Amino acid sequence: MIKFFLMVNKQGQTRLSRYYEHVEINKRTMLEAEVIKNCLSRSKDQCSFVEYKDFKLVYRQYAALFVVVGINETENEMAVYELIHNFVEVLDKYFSRVSELDVSFSIMFNLDRVHIILDEMVLNGCIVETNRNRILAPLLVLDKVAES
Amino acid sequence: MALKMVKGSIDRMFDKNLQDLVRGIRNHKEDEAKYISQCIDEIKQELKQDNIAVKANAVCKLTYLQMLGYDISWAAFNIIEVMSASKFTFKRIGYLAASQCFHEGTDVIMLTTNQIRKDLSSPNQYDTGVALTGLSCFVTPDLARDLANDIMTLMSHTKPYIRKKAVLIMYKVFLKYPESLRPAFPRLKEKLEDPDPGVQSAAVNVICELARRNPKNYLSLAPLFFKLMTSSTNNWVLIKIIKLFGALTPLEPRLGKKLIEPLTNLIHSTSAMSLLYECVNTVIAVLISLSSGMPNHSASIQLCVQKLRILIEDSDQNLKYLGLLAMSKILKTHPKSVQSHKDLILQCLDDKDESIRLRALDLLYGMVSKKNLMEIVKKLMIHVDKAEGTTYRDELLTKIIDICSQSNYQYITNFEWYISILVELTRLEGTRHGHLIAAQMLDVAIRVKAIRKFAVSQMAMLLDNAHLIASNTQRNGICEVLYAAAWICGEFSEHLEEANQTLEAMLRPKVTTLPGHIQAVYVQNMVKLYASILQQKEQSGEKEAAQEITQLMIDRLPQFVQSADLEVQERASCILQLIKYIQKLQIKEVPVAEEVTALFAGELNPVAPKAQKKVPVPEGLDLDAWINEPPSDSESEDEKPKTIFHDEEQRHSRHRQPEIDEEELARRREARKQEQANNPFYIKSSPSPQKRYQDTPGVEHIPVVQIDLSVPLKVPGMPMSDQYVKLEEERRHKQKLEKDKKKKKQKKEKRGKHHRHNSLHTESEEDIAPAHHVDIITEEMPENALPSDEDDKDPNDPYKALDIDLDKPLADSEKLPVQRHRNVETLKSPDSEAPLAEKKSKKPKKKEKKHKEKERDKGKKKEKEKKVVEEEEEEEKKGDDLDFWLSTAPPPASTAQPQSEPEVGAAVVAEPQEVKKEEREERDEEEDDEGKKSSKHKKKKHKKEKEEKSKDKKKSKKKSHHSEEETAGSVQNGTLDDEPLPPMSSYRLLAENPYIKMTYDIQGNLQNDSQVTVSVIFENKSTSFLKSMELNVLDSLNTKMLRPEGSSVHDGIPVPFQLPPGISNEAQFVFTLQSIVMAQKLKGTLSFIVKNDEGSTHEKLDFKLHFSCASYLITTPCYSDAFAKLLESGDLHMSSIKVDGISISFQHLLAKICFHHHFSVVERVDSCASMYSRSIQGHHVCLLVKKGENSVSIDGKCNDSTLLSNLLDEMKETLSKC
Repeated sequence: MIKFFLMVNKQGQTRLSRYYEHVEINKRTMLEAEVIKNCLSRSKDQCSFVEYKDFKLVYRQYAALFVVVGINETENEMAVYELIHNFVEVLDKYFSRVSELDVSFSIMFNLDRVHIILDEMVLNGCIVETNRNRILAPLLVLDKVAES
Repeated sequence: MALKMVKGSIDRMFDKNLQDLVRGIRNHKEDEAKYISQCIDEIKQELKQDNIAVKANAVCKLTYLQMLGYDISWAAFNIIEVMSASKFTFKRIGYLAASQCFHEGTDVIMLTTNQIRKDLSSPNQYDTGVALTGLSCFVTPDLARDLANDIMTLMSHTKPYIRKKAVLIMYKVFLKYPESLRPAFPRLKEKLEDPDPGVQSAAVNVICELARRNPKNYLSLAPLFFKLMTSSTNNWVLIKIIKLFGALTPLEPRLGKKLIEPLTNLIHSTSAMSLLYECVNTVIAVLISLSSGMPNHSASIQLCVQKLRILIEDSDQNLKYLGLLAMSKILKTHPKSVQSHKDLILQCLDDKDESIRLRALDLLYGMVSKKNLMEIVKKLMIHVDKAEGTTYRDELLTKIIDICSQSNYQYITNFEWYISILVELTRLEGTRHGHLIAAQMLDVAIRVKAIRKFAVSQMAMLLDNAHLIASNTQRNGICEVLYAAAWICGEFSEHLEEANQTLEAMLRPKVTTLPGHIQAVYVQNMVKLYASILQQKEQSGEKEAAQEITQLMIDRLPQFVQSADLEVQERASCILQLIKYIQKLQIKEVPVAEEVTALFAGELNPVAPKAQKKVPVPEGLDLDAWINEPPSDSESEDEKPKTIFHDEEQRHSRHRQPEIDEEELARRREARKQEQANNPFYIKSSPSPQKRYQDTPGVEHIPVVQIDLSVPLKVPGMPMSDQYVKLEEERRHKQKLEKDKKKKKQKKEKRGKHHRHNSLHTESEEDIAPAHHVDIITEEMPENALPSDEDDKDPNDPYKALDIDLDKPLADSEKLPVQRHRNVETLKSPDSEAPLAEKKSKKPKKKEKKHKEKERDKGKKKEKEKKVVEEEEEEEKKGDDLDFWLSTAPPPASTAQPQSEPEVGAAVVAEPQEVKKEEREERDEEEDDEGKKSSKHKKKKHKKEKEEKSKDKKKSKKKSHHSEEETAGSVQNGTLDDEPLPPMSSYRLLAENPYIKMTYDIQGNLQNDSQVTVSVIFENKSTSFLKSMELNVLDSLNTKMLRPEGSSVHDGIPVPFQLPPGISNEAQFVFTLQSIVMAQKLKGTLSFIVKNDEGSTHEKLDFKLHFSCASYLITTPCYSDAFAKLLESGDLHMSSIKVDGISISFQHLLAKICFHHHFSVVERVDSCASMYSRSIQGHHVCLLVKKGENSVSIDGKCNDSTLLSNLLDEMKETLSKC
């Protein structure tokens, strides 16, 4: 099961957070800070899996942006690693269509939309959808409604 | 109005949207907190406005702030407002905010129930989707209970988009409301074969999670999953299924055998690393589950290890990591296959990545053998020196200790080497693990007697060099070893060569800078040392030296007496006084050594950590009982202070007891020893010989090899373990040569015969004899210790609640609670719940099916009317199905290979004998049945029942190897005290047509004397979608349907749900009535729209609602004395009936009256029973039921004679059907 899904930049600022099990708000900030510290301290030639407390972090770095996923021992690390890339590809596809801005900015400005994408892909800590078109379908419907 | 709107939109133009907020925060880097609090104030203002768009915008901003770590729970109510917006664009913002910040503690969450239900049934799939997504984040036990049925309905939604989400949410619902699992499970199972792969994958996900926690309940799904695995091409799904099999195989080794082949095929063929990794993991799980004596599978292990080696050798660090991770799993069962890759693992210790190094360390733990332990530890020691960063070094340290100490020091052949390793580790700077090293030192010194002399010498050296360890405050973690060193030197002081020197080292002023608890141990052990020196000196007649040492103690001890630490102070002053006393005696030339050493006589033995727990409670001792009756509350308050005072006085007096002289002490000690010897619960100082060697069988037979300690032992600050390695190698070489010589002799003697056998053994590690007589004392346990190993299971584990037997037929009380007509919600009576819960389409269907089956059997088993029996059989059949699939069914055509057949055969042979026998018996029984068929019906029925029971017992036996828990469960299920009751349903058919079937039940309401609730189950029988259902009834003067205020008597009441094909749901309607003494009939109509591919049509269905008198009664328990009084009161009318031709048992009869007529039994004597019930308007109804040979007579008494006679008539009708 996926426990949480985070996007954090190099300065340690959270750009997206989704918890699939309730974590109190003050604990969230601490957790995020520790998670990013853990990831930042690792060099490129280290593996993308970090054992952290009772779960495992799977992370990928895209320029200044880290995507970190916390999983429990039953999740397949490699599958989650691939999921992250899939997610970033979907974001890239959607936001390159919407704006020319840096993806990182698009995420901040369209936090709600990023959440829709994420919710289409991961639900209840399980991977539900990986097909790019199907993931984006509800969002495109929404955009059409907004335009009209 | 228009103006207001314009004004609103102008206002909005000045509002910040999310983008402005983000920009603003970026532009106010210096005073971010201030800026944000300003924004929050603005947001609060925006939330006060009526405009939903403004509110949604505000909530959207809050969501962003929440992500930054600001608490927004104060806006929970506003979030709910936005959630209930009609426009999807706003609604989703509300749900997003809710999903981010709502949780079980949010109190307003209960307000959302109706909104969520509405959204779930919304015609817009995205409304439903967003509600489901939100629900997955904040579902509470209450929401789960209230919405379980709605979500379950959505699992059969027409859109796969909704279906897959609903399926996934169900997992959360199960967790929060475990009762929902059994009723929902059949549908979840269906979804495994859903035409849409997304839904399929969701169902696999959920079952995978469920099965991981309680795998045994899902074993029966194995064939289905197997089919999915061989047919699916979706890697994500495959990963999950394979993971699921990993959880199932430990329970069913035969399943593992079946899996090996397709899995190895996948391993060979797949290019996806994630899938490969998963396959390898499951193959490992399979191999673990299979008994080790399966040479056939060595190929699979080799394949896995090979693949993993490739992963580990890969330049991709991720693969390397996973490879090591999986390797460590193989290690547990097949250490030999991994050990051959030692080179690779050791190489990983040099990796740049710490996590990889740690994994490699884990592997090393399992790879050590007697042969390579020293070598591996040597490597690790080098890494300890090289390691940067204390965490990794600490990790290395603990690993070294773990590796060496594992399974009772199994792999250590030379304890001198190990002690020197420990001493070397004390030189680590800044480690946190001083206590760990100390514990090891103590353990080894205590348990390995032969090493004590050496250990003492090493510890004395440590004490001598204590300044190196204690000087640096940063090193304070390591000074813990001084604790161990001081204790060992004191306790085993007889081995000390230069005790004087050590004593002086312990008395150095520097010692006072050590932590208190260490000083305390120092003080205590000084005396032990002192005692042994004293004895030594006295024996050799050096009186002066003895007095000198006493003087030294008296001179130095005061520094401890001044210690700030109480423990140190107390011990030091006691001992100082003691020594002063000794000095006095010494001056008088009295020999004292004997008595001083007696203070520390006897040996301390290690006690097992669980020993205390295992002491059995002696018979007749009740630990929970009060020793003295507790004082009453009123007293205790004033008395408490007094008792405390009193207590104190007592303590004082105890302290003032006259000082005891040595002789007295010795006498008392003797007496205590006596007492201990007689006390069975005292842990004795010398363990029984069998116990001592329990864990190390045969160790004492290993020849003791004397080694010449040529290595200087007392070289401070120089690593010595290497020298031991060399020594050990030499020793082993010598040993080998000797052995070879012996062997040659043997060979000469028995040439030819055992030739092969011998050559095989030469390299085995068992041949390495330890350097010492390793006398490892096992930890002590109390005699007659309780053998049970306590469960370490967490009683609070939320998943434990989901450990539910899914194959058991669904009981009536287990149905999901259904949403109710809103009028009823406030009037809900506890009585109405149980029967209400019972309902649903599946029941009649099941019966039909069964009926058909029966017909097929052509009355063979006519007598077996009992449903319970049938269900039992069905269950068994299911079990047989799995057995059949596992044992005989050939693997799927594509992967079938002839090779697999002998394996299967072997599996059957490997089955426990008992089970097999039972199976045969069962089969015999079945054959028996068919053979004798119709001969003796009645006897057979009895026999059948008996068999059923015995089968149950057998079944529980069969299962017993799974877990004890289960045994208990099935026994409970199987042995009913009374004969089973047939299932009863109070739901009667209301009306039926090709589209829909309605059944109904009427329940009275205690809270309101003029209302009853009619629960109607609507079952969609068609393949079309039914919607806009509306129910209307033609009111009579006496009985009226309760309609919402303002609607006329001609308005129908809408049914608050829609019905997808094959779905049933329940709605409730409330009726008011004036008189209840007579039965009533009301005409009514249900109108609905049928929607299918061809379009939609309007349909109607007429019905007649029958209000029987029994439906006005409410089951009310009554005590027999109250019942008697009631009968005596004399204001009841009486009437009686008699029904002939009753064949059912009295118990069934009573059950029928209780169930259908809402009575409760007051008393039952033989074939006579008194029963009671109460109407909603307070009429008492008393019955006396008597059963004759073939008839039943019922005498009734009631306040109202009409009601009574009507009730009795109804009862007559019911009974005449029996």
